[in-house]
Amino acid sequence: MKPSALKSLLLSAAVLVAVVIAAPLAGSSHIELGRAFAGVSPDHEILFYARLPRVILALLGGAALSVTGVLFQCMLRDPLAEPYTLGVSSGASVGAVIAICLGWRATGVASLVGAALVLLMVLGMAVEGRRLSSFTLLLTGVTMNSLAFAVILFLHNLASFSQSFAISRWLMGGLEAVEYSTLAWLAVIVVGVSALVMAWAPHWNLLAVGDDWAASRGVSTVRLTAMGYIAGSVLTGLVTSLTGPIGFVGLIVPHALRLKLGADHRALLPCAFLLGGAFLVACDTLSRTVIAPTEIPVGVLTALCGGPFFLWLLKSRRRSLWL
Amino acid sequence: MTFIAKQLGFAYGLHEASFEFPQNGLITIAGPNGAGKSTLLGILAGLRSPYRGSCIFGGKEIRQWPKRDFARRVAFLPQSVRMEFPFTVEEVVLMGRTPYASGWFQTAEDRSAAEEAMTTTDTLAFRGRDFRTLSGGEAQRVILASALTQRPEALLLDEPATHLDLRHQLSLYRLLVELAKSRLVVAVTHDLNLALQFSDRVMVLEDGRIAGDGAPGNVLNPDLIARVFQVQATVHGGLNGKWMTYEA
Repeated sequence: MKPSALKSLLLSAAVLVAVVIAAPLAGSSHIELGRAFAGVSPDHEILFYARLPRVILALLGGAALSVTGVLFQCMLRDPLAEPYTLGVSSGASVGAVIAICLGWRATGVASLVGAALVLLMVLGMAVEGRRLSSFTLLLTGVTMNSLAFAVILFLHNLASFSQSFAISRWLMGGLEAVEYSTLAWLAVIVVGVSALVMAWAPHWNLLAVGDDWAASRGVSTVRLTAMGYIAGSVLTGLVTSLTGPIGFVGLIVPHALRLKLGADHRALLPCAFLLGGAFLVACDTLSRTVIAPTEIPVGVLTALCGGPFFLWLLKSRRRSLWL
Repeated sequence: MTFIAKQLGFAYGLHEASFEFPQNGLITIAGPNGAGKSTLLGILAGLRSPYRGSCIFGGKEIRQWPKRDFARRVAFLPQSVRMEFPFTVEEVVLMGRTPYASGWFQTAEDRSAAEEAMTTTDTLAFRGRDFRTLSGGEAQRVILASALTQRPEALLLDEPATHLDLRHQLSLYRLLVELAKSRLVVAVTHDLNLALQFSDRVMVLEDGRIAGDGAPGNVLNPDLIARVFQVQATVHGGLNGKWMTYEA
């Protein structure tokens, strides 16, 4: 690991802390911290029940999506891979859309079930073939995405006007304040799974070069690929069930970091966790404040920031080598 | 430790091959396209499984070796590495230390092994460069350095000289001869002249079977070359040993 890695890590942590402290203070209505901490209404409610849970959700969601982005790009050896490439979030979307169409209130639970079903289906197919290569994963994932997209279009077509609106809003992705108890188990899983992924960082380095490259250096590539797929899918599935699909976080954060840090996953993964969280918190704060009191869905904002960045990336691909 | 194969076969490429390799020396494997050279090398490297028959390394079937232990004894060099991400040369070399790693961080021993391997392969000068900016020849030497940090008892190379210019082909094979003094080196090659000049033993494969196996001067004779490669070879004697020319 390069000596500069520790510096980058501390810097990332500092950025995250600054963003997380600043974000709850910004918003359409001014709040006073003293009154909020003293429990005076409405400052107290705005800070602790509207803004803070949302900031924490954005932090955990951005961290999970960025870590998954790094992971899937490495496993598939495809710089264009993102958390949604391997189908789990499409499963989550189908679950949510079905719930909306049937008038269930628990869209989160339904999308979680959808994500889990896709995860089990892909793993089942892979286990049956006794082979789990990045290539089969990519093909299965892309197929799952197409299938899910078709199902969503079909249901959308049948839906009533208000259901159709709800479906569109869900597919745009967005952050809303959730219960602290939900945040608590989300935090435990996101931090736990991310830590596990980071613990295998040296092995991701080898897998990023190639299956045979890793295998001839003593790594069980099939097991590692399966673990990576499960870990990334759990992170993405959980976050998607709470926020809907939020694009580009898992794409631009990893790429921007590789530009600065190189490809070593021991530096890349922790920084992706910290800055991915900071990026989504910042985007969400913008989405709440830019044209307040109207909110821009955060998925729209990450895509608006991420799209041009990515085009620039593709354009400079010939000149710079890092993509 | 070394390899003993009995009626070794695979789903494709290799039908049946029996051989025994020595502890050290440079063995080249030659043969036309599709003769099973890379498949054989892949089995020896523990990358192609399940195989038919038996392939024993150090008294144990290859498939029964714990991967990590095996990687400390056998290193494999692919024909080329397609790198998508910006790893530096030094990072690529240090990846060879994975079978010795006990955690997240490199030890002083890892770093000295990498230093030594980069010195041997003359790659120290570009240790900090992005691997993807290297020329084919430089990349090949870096991959070799990475394999050497595994401190292997057997080094398996798949067409190591393919991307190299003439000078680097010769210097690579001289290095392989040097390495083969204390370990087994097995290289797949299409260049019969390199095999003739440098190897201690040549194994020629044809349609997944061994068509010839032994001292290069005996095996690579015009009759066998005409039969297996379907070209007319003429062997010339020179000051520096034998060399060949071919015509269709």
